Amino acid sequence: MKLLKLVPDNTNIGFVAVRKWAFALTALLTVLAVGATAHKGLNLGVDFVGGLMIEAKFPQAVETDKVRATIGTLGVGESSLQQFGDPKTVQIRLPLPDQGGAGAANAVVEKTRQAMVAQFPGVTFSRYDTVSGKVSGELIQNGVLAVVLAILGIAVFSWFRYEWQFGVSTFVAIVHDVLMTLGFFAITQLEFDLNIIAAVLTIVGYSINDKMVIDDRIRENMRKYRKMDMKSLIDLSVNETLPRTVMTSVTILLALGALLLLGGHVLRGFTAAMMLGIIVGTYSSVYVSSSLLISLGLTPQTSELKASKKKGDYAGQAERVGPRETSRDNGAKP
Amino acid sequence: MLNFSRWAVFAIILPLAIGVLCAIPSFLPDATVAHLPRFMQTRVNLGLDLSGGSHLLLEASTQDVAKQRLTNMEEQVRTELRRGDPRIAIGDISSRDGKLSFMVREPAQVDAAVERIRPLTQGAGLTGQRDFNVEVVNSSTIVITPTDAGIKSAVKSAMEVATEVIRKRIDEMGTREPTIQQQGNNRIVVQVPGLQDPKALKDLLGQTAKLEFKLVDTTANPSEVAQGRAPVGSEVLKYPNNPSGVPFIAVKRQVMVSGEDLTDATQGYDQSNQAIVNIRFNSSGGRKFGQVTSQNVNRPFAIILDNQVLSAPNINEPILGGSAQVSGSFTVESANQLAIALRSGKLPVALTVVEERTVGPGLGADSIRAGLIASIVAVVAVAAFMFVSYGRFGMYANLAVAINVAVILGVMGILGATLTLPGIAGFVLTIGTAVDANVLIYERIREERRRGRNVVQSIEHGYKEASRTIFEANVTHAIAGGIMLALGSGPVKGFAIVLLIGIATSVFTAVTFTRMVVANWVRRTRPTDIHI
Repeated sequence: MKLLKLVPDNTNIGFVAVRKWAFALTALLTVLAVGATAHKGLNLGVDFVGGLMIEAKFPQAVETDKVRATIGTLGVGESSLQQFGDPKTVQIRLPLPDQGGAGAANAVVEKTRQAMVAQFPGVTFSRYDTVSGKVSGELIQNGVLAVVLAILGIAVFSWFRYEWQFGVSTFVAIVHDVLMTLGFFAITQLEFDLNIIAAVLTIVGYSINDKMVIDDRIRENMRKYRKMDMKSLIDLSVNETLPRTVMTSVTILLALGALLLLGGHVLRGFTAAMMLGIIVGTYSSVYVSSSLLISLGLTPQTSELKASKKKGDYAGQAERVGPRETSRDNGAKP
Repeated sequence: MLNFSRWAVFAIILPLAIGVLCAIPSFLPDATVAHLPRFMQTRVNLGLDLSGGSHLLLEASTQDVAKQRLTNMEEQVRTELRRGDPRIAIGDISSRDGKLSFMVREPAQVDAAVERIRPLTQGAGLTGQRDFNVEVVNSSTIVITPTDAGIKSAVKSAMEVATEVIRKRIDEMGTREPTIQQQGNNRIVVQVPGLQDPKALKDLLGQTAKLEFKLVDTTANPSEVAQGRAPVGSEVLKYPNNPSGVPFIAVKRQVMVSGEDLTDATQGYDQSNQAIVNIRFNSSGGRKFGQVTSQNVNRPFAIILDNQVLSAPNINEPILGGSAQVSGSFTVESANQLAIALRSGKLPVALTVVEERTVGPGLGADSIRAGLIASIVAVVAVAAFMFVSYGRFGMYANLAVAINVAVILGVMGILGATLTLPGIAGFVLTIGTAVDANVLIYERIREERRRGRNVVQSIEHGYKEASRTIFEANVTHAIAGGIMLALGSGPVKGFAIVLLIGIATSVFTAVTFTRMVVANWVRRTRPTDIHI
């Protein structure tokens, strides 16, 4: 049986050569994403803005206008409706009543339910959430804090572990991934809730995974080919890890694709965000973060300097790298 | 690397075997699991989003607790100074801005008054911290200020009592396996799986259930009552079911009998088949009730729940024997609810629902079915892809992933962790990253082969070099997961738990386990070339 190889052996794609174009495209897309987020805003779920969310399941397809009209007569505030691809399920969002506390929220839910049952016989209510303004404020705070700290923690880790340039380039690339995801949510107006924060954190985690693999290889090659020009060294490293990058991305996309198509509507926004994040994360690992290392002035000497300064820490690795270097010089690719 | 000692093999297989065994109960029906010994009942809990049910977050107002404490203090100061010998006369008592201040009429008695009050302000705790500070200002005014430590401990004890009361109330409702947990300083999380009517639950939890009996002030002018004014010694309370039509009534401030003296409450019916609540008092409560009712025959008394009058019947004859009826336009359900609330005791502080999430059992079942199907399809697709890409090695990776999934479930069962919908997504991602580890290794082996190394050397180097990268990547991933677990709430947490467990187990299965399997195969067959 012939094994499948998505990426042929010994590719030699000039990733670094197009880095100016890549940076321009990245910057443009990022600006677009930020602009879209600022202009259209995110469709924040009740988790973050507070309010009532009722999910109604109708026995047959239903027009949202009719549902909106029914709720409009109740005087419970402006409703916002959303369908999940499947025309039988409608999510109704209502503002929280200004006063009256828990009882009032209950009353609104009850009123809406009764009116809906009267108007659309057979409708069932599969889910409802009530989040007060106070809690939603805390949730959004914690969510944003979690993302920011995760990114910072990772950047600091790679700064200490490698050279500062790796920290910066990783940080830039991850911020880019997060901004693109936000832009995606602004454009599609998919609901942005707590689950999406989990998705964004996953993207951050995956993206860092991807970059670590490439960074690790760059560092390894920097020790191995001390005289090599940085551009070719990064191209070599990215090319060497390309089969793995593609294989892994395809595998995860396969898994997420199954989840997106079959996982039910509750997970749809979540999975869509993750799929996009994986594509964006892979792109930024290949085209952004590694090329950025050159712009930040990383040279093979930088790593040597650091290694000699902190001899103790790197002694073990230097020993290991030594003999392989000589045995492999002739095996190096052009 | 190809030599795994007997002990190493044992050390690798044993934890995996335990993990897989612990996962098995999660797939067995409830009845079978109940028969297993306790240490085998390691099941994964399903989150409410999967099993259906209600999640409520209740919050107590710390201000209310502080206010209430100040009111109690005022009462204590009054009685202490009045009853003590010599009697100390005070005036201008007021509790504003969270402080209690009053004037001692005889300036010479100020020091004596402070001495008398001081024991009241001592905290009960072992630390000897004061609950209140006592200060003398303008030579005759005494100011009592609650300390932060005092308020904190009061809130803490109020929350402990509240949690207990809620537990009792929910148990009385007969619901299965509720989770009741204090969260932060002043919040309680209540999770009840498979609940059909969350509204009843909310009503029940929202009730303070402070029951009081007071005499109705018949001398009050009805038009003044309607405007919220009552004679001295009386107060105006809400009375929604007042037959006179005005939703207010004036009652004497003095409490005849309170819910504290209650020993039991049950739902019942009166002569006209109206739902009522039958209550029983303890001996002192019964005596008080008998005394007051015999002195006030033919006058109305008010039955007051949470500062709202339920009904104000006439006392037709002295009520002796320590039992009474509470009426007030109840339905059978609401009477039953009140009975539960009264039986379980009074909440020390009012709680409001600040967050509610209810998932109908239907949606939960739909979600879990969809999630399961999606997971199976995902696993099959990934497994097939790995096989066509790496052949025999791909199958080893698949075996590792399969064991990994079982071990994650097993670990979750041991930890008693909850599997939520985002948790399932976390699962899928874990499968993805576990596969990534194997991809990294195999791609390295391919590279080493291309460079002309022999089979054993390639495998050896592949594992060694890739392991370092895998470790780096997973540490950073774990940082993200740890932050999620620490900061996240609800879904984020559910996701982070699966992710963190997955990171730990996947490194073990994808690297150590496959290495052992590969080594075993290489040792047995001594291949001169590998198909990878």
